[in-house]
Amino acid sequence: MSKKNIIIIGNGMVGHKFCEKLVSKTDQYQITVFGEEPRIAYDRVHLSSYFDGKTIEDLSLSTKDWYLENHIDLILGDAITEINRTEKTVHSHSGITKPYHYLVLATGSAPFVPDIPGIEKEGVFVYRTIEDLDKMKAHAAKCKSGAVMGGGLLGLEAAKALLDLGIKETHVIEFASRLMPRQIDDAGSKLLQGKLSQLGLQIHLNKNTSSILGENEIKGLAFADDSKLDLDMLVISAGIRPRDEIARLAGLEVSTRGGIVVNEFMQTSDKDIFAIGECALYKNMIYGLVAPGYEMAEVAASHLCNIDKQFHGFDMSTKLKLIGVDVASFGDAFVSEPDCTSIIFEDTHKGIYKRINITNDGKQLLGGILIGDADAYNMLLQTVNNKIVLPPNPEDLILGARGGEAAAGSGVMTLPDDALICSCEAVSKGAICDAVTSLDINTIDGIKKCTKAGTGCGGCIPIVKDLITGTMKENGVYVKNVLCEHFDYSRQELLDLAKMNKIKSYDQLLDTFGKGDGCEVCKPAVASILASLWNDLILKQDTIQDSNDRFLANIQKGGTYSVVPRIPGGEITPDKLIVIGQIAKEYGLYTKITGGQRIDLFGAHLSDLPVIWSRLIDAGFESGHAYGKSLRTVKSCVGSTWCRFGLHDSVSFAIQVEDRYKGLRSPHKLKGGVSGCIRECAEAQSKDFGIIATEKGWNLYVCGNGGSKPKHAQLLATDIDSETCIKYLDRFLMFYIRTADPLTRTATWLDKMEGGMAYLKNVVVNDSLGIATELEAEMEYHVNTYTCEWKAAIENPDMKKRFNHFVNAPEEKDPTVKFEGMRDQIKAGAW
Amino acid sequence: MMSEMLILDREIESTVEVQNLFFACYSDDVPENGGACVKYHGEQIAIFNFTRRGEWFATQNLCPHKQQMALSRGMIGSVGDDCEPKVACPFHKKSFSLKSGDCLSGDDYKIKTYPVIVNNGRVYIEIKD
Ligand code: SRM
Ligand SMILES: Cc1cc2nc3c(=O)[nH]c(=O)nc-3n(C[C@H](O)[C@H](O)[C@H](O)COP(=O)(O)OP(=O)(O)OC[C@H]3O[C@@H](n4cnc5c(N)ncnc54)[C@H](O)[C@@H]3O)c2cc1C
Ligand code: SF4
Ligand code: FES
Repeated sequence: MSKKNIIIIGNGMVGHKFCEKLVSKTDQYQITVFGEEPRIAYDRVHLSSYFDGKTIEDLSLSTKDWYLENHIDLILGDAITEINRTEKTVHSHSGITKPYHYLVLATGSAPFVPDIPGIEKEGVFVYRTIEDLDKMKAHAAKCKSGAVMGGGLLGLEAAKALLDLGIKETHVIEFASRLMPRQIDDAGSKLLQGKLSQLGLQIHLNKNTSSILGENEIKGLAFADDSKLDLDMLVISAGIRPRDEIARLAGLEVSTRGGIVVNEFMQTSDKDIFAIGECALYKNMIYGLVAPGYEMAEVAASHLCNIDKQFHGFDMSTKLKLIGVDVASFGDAFVSEPDCTSIIFEDTHKGIYKRINITNDGKQLLGGILIGDADAYNMLLQTVNNKIVLPPNPEDLILGARGGEAAAGSGVMTLPDDALICSCEAVSKGAICDAVTSLDINTIDGIKKCTKAGTGCGGCIPIVKDLITGTMKENGVYVKNVLCEHFDYSRQELLDLAKMNKIKSYDQLLDTFGKGDGCEVCKPAVASILASLWNDLILKQDTIQDSNDRFLANIQKGGTYSVVPRIPGGEITPDKLIVIGQIAKEYGLYTKITGGQRIDLFGAHLSDLPVIWSRLIDAGFESGHAYGKSLRTVKSCVGSTWCRFGLHDSVSFAIQVEDRYKGLRSPHKLKGGVSGCIRECAEAQSKDFGIIATEKGWNLYVCGNGGSKPKHAQLLATDIDSETCIKYLDRFLMFYIRTADPLTRTATWLDKMEGGMAYLKNVVVNDSLGIATELEAEMEYHVNTYTCEWKAAIENPDMKKRFNHFVNAPEEKDPTVKFEGMRDQIKAGAW
Repeated sequence: MMSEMLILDREIESTVEVQNLFFACYSDDVPENGGACVKYHGEQIAIFNFTRRGEWFATQNLCPHKQQMALSRGMIGSVGDDCEPKVACPFHKKSFSLKSGDCLSGDDYKIKTYPVIVNNGRVYIEIKD
């Protein structure tokens, strides 16, 4: 029996999902796909990330091989122009004619472009395909100002994209009186407007564009209220229009407002023709999100396999992906009193607005809006969807519990098994918990692979994490803070074990206390433990080091390395500056002053590292440990030697401190600072340890950092002399090294410490644990055993050999390394 | 297994090309429990000396994630109860099975793998076209 033909028109997100669903259910069809775009289906939802570094491959949802393996004929770059329903054939633009038994329309939608005079001008764009983005990118290079027409979900995303493209002056023009009119209320919109202004967007509401100005190229906009705005580019985001043109031609039932009419099986008015995704109109509704499209694909594929499944509409809750502002709406966001009771929380100072609508009997959550802080989105959405009975004080849902109790509301484990956790891939709570229980999966990666949950928009990942730990706890698995699957111990426990048993190598520790062959999580963690304990040369066990530690340099885009010599306290002689300049010139390196007050040389070939370093060492430099989880820099201000306000010599003290702790391996990197007075030009309070001169001595601050979650350091001791300061620092640093989890900065370590700063002060200053002498002795050992790793590496020919790119062609460099020119220097070739 | 090795043993020196065996390097050229990169005509092959398991593996050197020639500089280890051997790319830690080449971080990529034969301290990579 020959197979029946199914033809799918459109290789977008939903068309591709349909193919996946169909081949997973049956092999009784011969499948052909026509796609108008020149490439395989890609992730349109994350289209904007194309502007911040994602490539076409990253966004791609599949591969040609997948289509080959599944015997699907894929014809790309060719649109279907006609459906002949009497002969049951389709005709393509390039002249192909193909017969079908069943036809699936997955043609998606196109941006709606309003009919405004001048809309055809150069510099006016839509935002839907990779080609659109390429065109925008090319044009944006010469633009200073730009605007997006439309302040809805997509419009705001496009506006963020303009900022990412480097357009400094970006406007959003909205016809309605508020942003995201379909998702959020007036109050929420005001708050969002404030937040977006901080991001650098200029918002114009109630603006009706009357024409687009300029000769051939756009120069500006004119509005109905006679105002004008000068512009170099415009992105139209005024809504979508379902692509129903071929359906319309073929006489299928379509709505006057656009959209191919379908029933609950996704059948059009011709029962052999289906429509799914954004082109389909179900009960007068177009679903402009990917999750309902995937559900439609499931329903249509099931129907074609005689499995009974129906489409009954879909939840349209959304979380905006704008970076810097959380915005989410869920369930019925707009019901208002007297049909419900609304609880509103507003903090204009922090820019937070939360509204939940609950039934008048206070039992159920109907929906709501979150702006500025959408952490609770997943849980609230689940509460609505699963009709979970609310706790007695529903305001706790948005305020968090007060009075130090655990967060109120219902934990993830109280959700029913059929609660939809990942709506993109339609994965239920039951499926996730089942994978944890019966397949013993306990990582996000594992769950992604086995259930596909979290592989779409990624919004459900936090809740998936909670489900994994929750299920493990329920199964009686004691969820311990363990290093990884190879060691059932925390970092602190392992450090103690290694110390007590005098274990000096990774293999020895793994044989005695671990299992399996190790991995990229436990190897560097153990390497750091061993280095902190014994201060042995890390190159002796180079293969357990993170790549950067292994080659004593930071790997860069393209596979070259950076070279960062230590410049203690940021002080450098003219002679040393000259040497750096000469070396950089000779080896063609890009040079830059770092944020840590020293000089970074980028673009060194692996095999050049030893000679570059031997030159630097000859000139008196040492490794800067920029690659290690160890002391980086102790930043200084110029201090009393020159500065009219300086109280003490902060440079000398910074150099002394940096020299003492250089090369000290720790759970995460360590940074310090010394300022000569309270004006704090060395930013000491944003460091793991910061020292600030006072009239009487130094104030010592600890546990601060910059980075993504900045934290100011807290005062540990006041008006102490230099000796006491070093003593406290010795104790503080060693105590941190002994007790912190891997990759935990001092601030996070303190956060988790019971008793907090008061406890730490007690240990360090009052020696409450009676370990102060021990800690000081350990630090003394470190100081006495310090050697420059690079010096050791270049002196040993065996170690030097490790830096060749090819083992079998030691003199050859990696030929795939590419540089481009920029401002008289080089930069790495793009990914 | 043992007897196969012995046959190869005698033939290797003279029939390298015929056997599609490519002499890569000496075994002590590759760090213990680590990798190195081998140049094979226009290509780059990563070779791993998994001392802990007493096994050798070879894969393409190119990481499919961002097309970086880097896998030889990655960290090796194992995953799961059956100790699937793997390598993690130094750039973004995507990890790959050294046996099947499958990506173990949930992506669709796959890398090429090659059989490795070590004989008298000489390391050969078997290349099938
Ligand atoms: C080179 C430099 C940027 C520059 O051109 O100025 C830099 C470059 C990198 N930083 Fe940084 N950071 C640099 C100063 C900083 C500073 C400023 C400072 O030190 O005063 C900070 C904020 C202060 C802080 O750390 O608290 C900083 C916060 C980070 C963070 C966030 C840390 C955190 O706790 O959140 C990371 C990520 C991490 O370490 O996990 C990071 C990571 C990195 C990495 C290692 C990313 C990577 O893995 O490739 C970069 C590699 C550098 C290289 O290849 O040499 N970098 N980084 C600066 C080197 C300073 C130096 O001389 O050593
Ligand atoms: C910038 C942006 C951000 C988004 N963000 C989100 C989000 O955060 N969350 C969310 O859920 N959704 C989001 N969406 C919407 C989501 O991308 C769509 O819902 C989804 O892509 C719809 O899939 P589809 O297959 O129906 O349509 P599409 O992905 O558009 O695919 C349709 C395909 O059919 C092709 N085609 C049309 N006519 C023909 C023809 N005659 N012959 C051959 N091929 C044809 C088209 O060229 C296209 O490739 C976003 C969309 C954009 C543009
Ligand atoms: S902030 Fe630091 S980690 Fe981020 S790009 Fe700059 S140097 Fe790299
Ligand atoms: S390049 Fe290998 S993981 Fe990104």
